[in-house]
Amino acid sequence: MKITEKFDRGEFVVTAEVGPPKGIHIEHVLEEAKEYLSNITAVNVTDNQSSVMRLGSLAVCKALKDEGLNPIFQMTCRDRNRMALESDLLSAGMFGIDNILCLTGDHTKLGDHPGAKPVFDLDSVSLLHTVKCLEEGHDLAGNELVGEPPKFAKGAVVSPCSDSIDAQLAKMERKVMAGADYFQTQAVFEPEKFIAFMEKAKQFGKPVQLGIIIPKNVGMCKYMNANVAGVHVPDEMLDELRADKEKTKAGITGVEIAARIIKACKPYCQGVHIMAMGWESKVPSLLEQAGL
Amino acid sequence: MLITQLKDRETLDSLAAGKVFIVNCHGCKEVRFPEEEAKALQKEWLEADKVTGILTTDYICNPENMKLRLERRRAMIDEADAVIVFSCGVGVQTVSEYLEGKKVYAGCDTYPLPGYQGVTPLDVDCDQCGECYLNLTGGICPITACSKSLVNGQCGGAKNGHCEVDPNMECGWERIQRRLTQVGRLDALKCPVQVRNFATDLDLKQE
Repeated sequence: MKITEKFDRGEFVVTAEVGPPKGIHIEHVLEEAKEYLSNITAVNVTDNQSSVMRLGSLAVCKALKDEGLNPIFQMTCRDRNRMALESDLLSAGMFGIDNILCLTGDHTKLGDHPGAKPVFDLDSVSLLHTVKCLEEGHDLAGNELVGEPPKFAKGAVVSPCSDSIDAQLAKMERKVMAGADYFQTQAVFEPEKFIAFMEKAKQFGKPVQLGIIIPKNVGMCKYMNANVAGVHVPDEMLDELRADKEKTKAGITGVEIAARIIKACKPYCQGVHIMAMGWESKVPSLLEQAGL
Repeated sequence: MLITQLKDRETLDSLAAGKVFIVNCHGCKEVRFPEEEAKALQKEWLEADKVTGILTTDYICNPENMKLRLERRRAMIDEADAVIVFSCGVGVQTVSEYLEGKKVYAGCDTYPLPGYQGVTPLDVDCDQCGECYLNLTGGICPITACSKSLVNGQCGGAKNGHCEVDPNMECGWERIQRRLTQVGRLDALKCPVQVRNFATDLDLKQE
């Protein structure tokens, strides 16, 4: 089911994501997804996340769909040229996978194959445009498709707490122009920045899902502050995580912080996207605490 | 060896909507420049009273040399709405960097040809992509200034204004955003979706 159907009905849309393993055994991923993520609208499957080679997003999407879940096929432009991307979009269409999320992708130098050729034949904007072409019944080169063309809910990302908001808003506008139907954001730890961003982003009239990472510990937050673009965990939250080590270790503090951020931002957005990063089991309690 | 070709007439006329100052680079011996075509076009613009001045020289990619020459023509440049540079991509970027705050446009596209590559003192680079983007990006090349050579805007990877690949390198798209703001050309970011053409064959490219 296209997640845009829910946005259109004015529902607050909850999604989460899973990362494929580096190998061919996905029983664990499927079990966790079924146990903790079956009550939410859809589940993103990451695409060689952080430029680390893993099992394919499309294959895991198909496996999730077979288990009755609703997958979102994440596609980056780092590893495939336009022909391979178009071909995979058709494959997704054939499997009935109708939610996609288009990203440019991290550079190969950041991952576990730093010597690999970074492709970037297309980028997030031209990939969205390419999807629109396929939906119209022709490929990017203008050649006609045979039969009924596929239709997708076309997702894109934006970084609301980035230190270059103007460049991010300009890019968001280009994504809307290229056909983006909805947005998921980079992880937010500063609700006031997100709210200020949404004041400007609402002009585009597209649903935006607040990005949430459950903070696991101080080390993880410090790492993100130093290395992850557009993410800043404020000092008060670090103090909160430091205060009671056992509570933090059990995930209670992180879930409390994440639930608070969701409550503060909920009036300003149309959904939430949870990047649990191994803490899928905390998602149900997070949603409960956030009143979702 | 490089070859530069004039952009199509419609594009060139749109760049010269107001008054223009023209810079021609007759190049180093490694660049083939469309001298006659450029001269004919500029003659028409002169007759239409569009031109505040013309500077024709070589090695405009040498910033020290160029600064002096441009300074001497400061009044003509100030009088113009835009500066149009007929050169390879390096020349356009050199002029645009020096004339910060001025609209500087590329009059040519630059294509590679097999053979010896020019050796000039360079702060900027031209990838000879054959579809010069400098007019959409404030004279800063997104192919060489962005680690991913993105042509549709910034990725999500810039941290504190620096590139995710090389923290010592400023994000090319932040520079572009700043320059477009400075010259009042933010409308360039609303241009149609850009899809690169990687065909290297000249005929194929122009289809």
